[in-house]
Amino acid sequence: MNRTLYAPLIFELSRKGREGYSLPSDNLGQDKYKPCQLPAHLLRQEAPASLPEVDELTAARHYTNMSGNNFGVDTGFYPLGSCTMKYNPKINEEVAALPGFTDVHPAQPTETLQGSLHLYHHLAAMLAEVGGMHAFTLNPYAGAHGELTGLMVIRTYHLRRGDYKRVKIIVPDSAHGTNPASAAVCGLQIVQVKSTAQGTVDLEDLRTKLGDDIAGMMMTNPNTLGIFEKDIPEIARLVHECGGLMYYDGANLNPMMGVCRPGDMGFDVMHINLHKTFSTPHGGGGPGSGPVGVRKGLEEYLPNPQVYFDEVEQQYAMRFSKEALGSISSWLGNFGILVRAYAYLLTLGHEHIAQAAKLSVLNANYIKEQLKDYYELPIEGLCKHEFVFDGLRAEYGGDHHDPDHATTLQVAKRLLDFGFHAPTIYFPLLFHEAMMIEPTENESKETLDRFIEVLKNIAIEARDNRESLRTAPHCTPISRPDDVKAVREPRFKF
Amino acid sequence: MAKVIEGYYYSESHEFVKVEGEYGYVGITDYAQEQLGSVVYVDMPDEGDEVNAGEDFGAVESVKAASDLISPVSGEVVEVNTELEDSPELLNSDAFGNWIIKVKLSDPSELDNLMQAAAYEEICK
Repeated sequence: MNRTLYAPLIFELSRKGREGYSLPSDNLGQDKYKPCQLPAHLLRQEAPASLPEVDELTAARHYTNMSGNNFGVDTGFYPLGSCTMKYNPKINEEVAALPGFTDVHPAQPTETLQGSLHLYHHLAAMLAEVGGMHAFTLNPYAGAHGELTGLMVIRTYHLRRGDYKRVKIIVPDSAHGTNPASAAVCGLQIVQVKSTAQGTVDLEDLRTKLGDDIAGMMMTNPNTLGIFEKDIPEIARLVHECGGLMYYDGANLNPMMGVCRPGDMGFDVMHINLHKTFSTPHGGGGPGSGPVGVRKGLEEYLPNPQVYFDEVEQQYAMRFSKEALGSISSWLGNFGILVRAYAYLLTLGHEHIAQAAKLSVLNANYIKEQLKDYYELPIEGLCKHEFVFDGLRAEYGGDHHDPDHATTLQVAKRLLDFGFHAPTIYFPLLFHEAMMIEPTENESKETLDRFIEVLKNIAIEARDNRESLRTAPHCTPISRPDDVKAVREPRFKF
Repeated sequence: MAKVIEGYYYSESHEFVKVEGEYGYVGITDYAQEQLGSVVYVDMPDEGDEVNAGEDFGAVESVKAASDLISPVSGEVVEVNTELEDSPELLNSDAFGNWIIKVKLSDPSELDNLMQAAAYEEICK
């Protein structure tokens, strides 16, 4: 069905004087709110804003058709590596919409907030069990905000002990870009540690970086390549020995949950992305949430307000502790997201959390093994929830030495023609043609098989009919926007 | 195949230094621009800033990635290639011809730690 009539920009559909409304006459006093009575410096000096003028039906068709161009987990397979695009169960939404959660305010009397505070306290305890931590704050608004909060806990710990030299943080070269970014915002200097050929932290290189100026080390485990860092006990021992703390970036917690715990690996501080591992909306779908957990001895630094159970009053309460590092959010973070994560954990139940983790590992390994004869697998062996291909294999047109070789970008664009979201591409930077695939635990075998079949066909096409790849996608509303021009000469208004 | 120029010094992180008297012109290699793809922005220091060997002095952003620029030498930045502010694509058309900063070398012996053309060509293979 051709629906292009309503596809132009809303500004292009605009016709002068075509209004979809009529306002009642002003019954507040004609002169009182005339714009000319606003202070002169608040009046627009340039030409009036060119707002689109369309009838209601055109507006409805324009936006309804456009919404059909959206791609989300609810419309198709979304194997975007490192993002854990898992399904957001609808029951989460139902529970979060209950008036008891939506119609409360944190400043109302505490005794009328008991349900919400109970949920916060109980969810924090469940996350502490999953993470092997002593206490959690659920206040941070997102993953990187959680990282910043966790690093502030580490800084506060050192400073309160009078240890002012510790201004450096160690970050592996395979880390997510948010790690060095959060550390820089926290005022720490970044020291990069190399990876071995197997993709794990190079212990020899790490030893040369340690000293009494190290505040700690940030790691994900499994790392960005989906590889479990087997040396983690030794890494934690070395960092602790020099006086630093271990920070666990929960970006890759999905294959670990219920199976093994960061706290048991020697981590002192961690964050969790509820919008990844605990099924809350993600990307444009909703705000995130980045709870931060700490081992025993660090809980007093967690940000205000802190939720606790008041034994005297026999009820939940909030406190603003002067030992805390301060406040990092207004009240209790993105509370509606906490409700969704709580619903997810209760739905799964204690015994099924590990099963979800294991299925995410199984799915990733299934795809990897089926495709490794077609795509270059730089690191052999069992992966966790995700893995990285280094582009097409040479016999399928992926030879880097050939200036005309088939690229990962072309493969990703071609995938769109078959109704799949592209994997993460050109990240991590350790490989030239990285293609990072994370299927999550939700997908049926039929979906995985179809995805595998399509990627095999694309490889064959790359070998036999390169032109089709170079000009892909062929079936999307727009094909190849000029991304270089978009960045070099951005236009922000119509 | 990426171009390499004889007589320049090279770092493992793909910066080059072209030495003229007491000054060094620092930029990214042809191999680096090839790997980065279309460059969209170059973040540069100011004139008068000090740079240290092994530390970053800016970044290059492409459609694929943002990469730190690691200075191969130490010294004062005496000139910055301001043309790159408006035309970052110059790095793609001629990386060696478009140096990023001109440094007054404070320790020319640092050049001994860098690679010559032949050794650098090896690591680009």
